[in-house]
Amino acid sequence: MQAPPAPTSRFVVVLDAAHGGDDSGGHSGSWNEKSVTLALSVRLRSLLEARGIAVVTTRESDTTVASEQRIEIADHANAQACLSLHASLSGSGIHLFASSLAPTEPAHFEPWRTAQSASITRSLALAGVLNSALLHAGMAVTLGRMALPVVDSLTCPALAVEVSPDRTSGESPVDSLNDPGYQAHLADALAAALLEWQAEEGHLGAGPS
Amino acid sequence: MIPRYQTVLFFLLLAASILMGTILWQLRNREHQHLLQGEQSTPTQAPQVAPAEQATLMVANDADDSLVTRALSLPLPQSPNARARAILDKLLDLYATADASHPVPGGASPTSPIDQVFLLPVRTAGIAARRAAGKNPQSESELAVVNLAGAFAANHPSGIETESLTVLSICATLHANFPRITEVHFLVDGQQRETLAGHADLTRTYLTSDVAVTRGAQP
Ligand SMILES: [Zn+2]
Repeated sequence: MQAPPAPTSRFVVVLDAAHGGDDSGGHSGSWNEKSVTLALSVRLRSLLEARGIAVVTTRESDTTVASEQRIEIADHANAQACLSLHASLSGSGIHLFASSLAPTEPAHFEPWRTAQSASITRSLALAGVLNSALLHAGMAVTLGRMALPVVDSLTCPALAVEVSPDRTSGESPVDSLNDPGYQAHLADALAAALLEWQAEEGHLGAGPS
Repeated sequence: MIPRYQTVLFFLLLAASILMGTILWQLRNREHQHLLQGEQSTPTQAPQVAPAEQATLMVANDADDSLVTRALSLPLPQSPNARARAILDKLLDLYATADASHPVPGGASPTSPIDQVFLLPVRTAGIAARRAAGKNPQSESELAVVNLAGAFAANHPSGIETESLTVLSICATLHANFPRITEVHFLVDGQQRETLAGHADLTRTYLTSDVAVTRGAQP
């Protein structure tokens, strides 16, 4: 593993509202994934900023942002947590994905696509914190690992968070994902998780290295 | 006057010629009968249904983001490429059913969701090293190239979980039935494509050993 980043006084979170502009992401009728990810990003940003956490976002409106641009924004922020936000009409509850890269990745793939391997241990720890917080909030969570085009290239502890319909609500999948109550509930749980992660990171930073 | 010994020799040779001719005639007849019998035992048409054999499907489950092993018997052709395709067709047919644990309506297209599957030896840099170590210099592992039908990809639901489960269940099913397959690469209509439906990366080659990591041990 690489040496941990130099301690900074600032705890920074990067929120990446996936898709946008020309890329709608998943879509069905008038429903677009890109709108849900942006709404969630905006909601979570204000919750985190209200708690004194610095937030960097990859987009604030319905604009096209290339993967390379997202990676550059996230790397430049020198963040302690990067969340790539997605939404899907398939499945149920919240899906957390960490990169499937191993801590030391053999030279199977190009180096620029494997930057996350240096941080994967911390990303898995972050997944544990998010999983507990979401379960505590009464949400259904699944954890998985997968090759993730943006997340695989990030140097920060990073996860993809995919929101799927709440199948217990009785609403249609589209109505569930558009439900402001569901989005607010998820944003609250994610904010609580990131506060806990901040405390853990601070604790780790204070210990001997 | 012809010497007596020449007359005797002439009749001996004549008798030998007649004997050899008779033997050849009999051999020819026996061979012809043998051939006819062979033709009768070989059907003139390939059987409509290949014999049913055991196959293992690694079926995706959206509820807990897992793969579930399901054994079943189905008719399988002999050629490995056609066999692999038949098994994957069966897997994707399951996803098209109304009560599927991983619904993918694209599997219901009237044509097969898989255009072709090719099994190729993995190109390894270590052929010389294998030879030096006294092992078979030919690589023992295979790469499967799965050519998905455009209609299947076009109708696949969008999302990280749903797309990755389709990709991983195909990889795991291939490895379960062909243990030599260690790598899987996807094409759509014969072309390389960025993603399956916006999320699962199809530009990379998947290692079947990764599937155990991604769906076996959870973080
Ligand atoms: Zn997405």
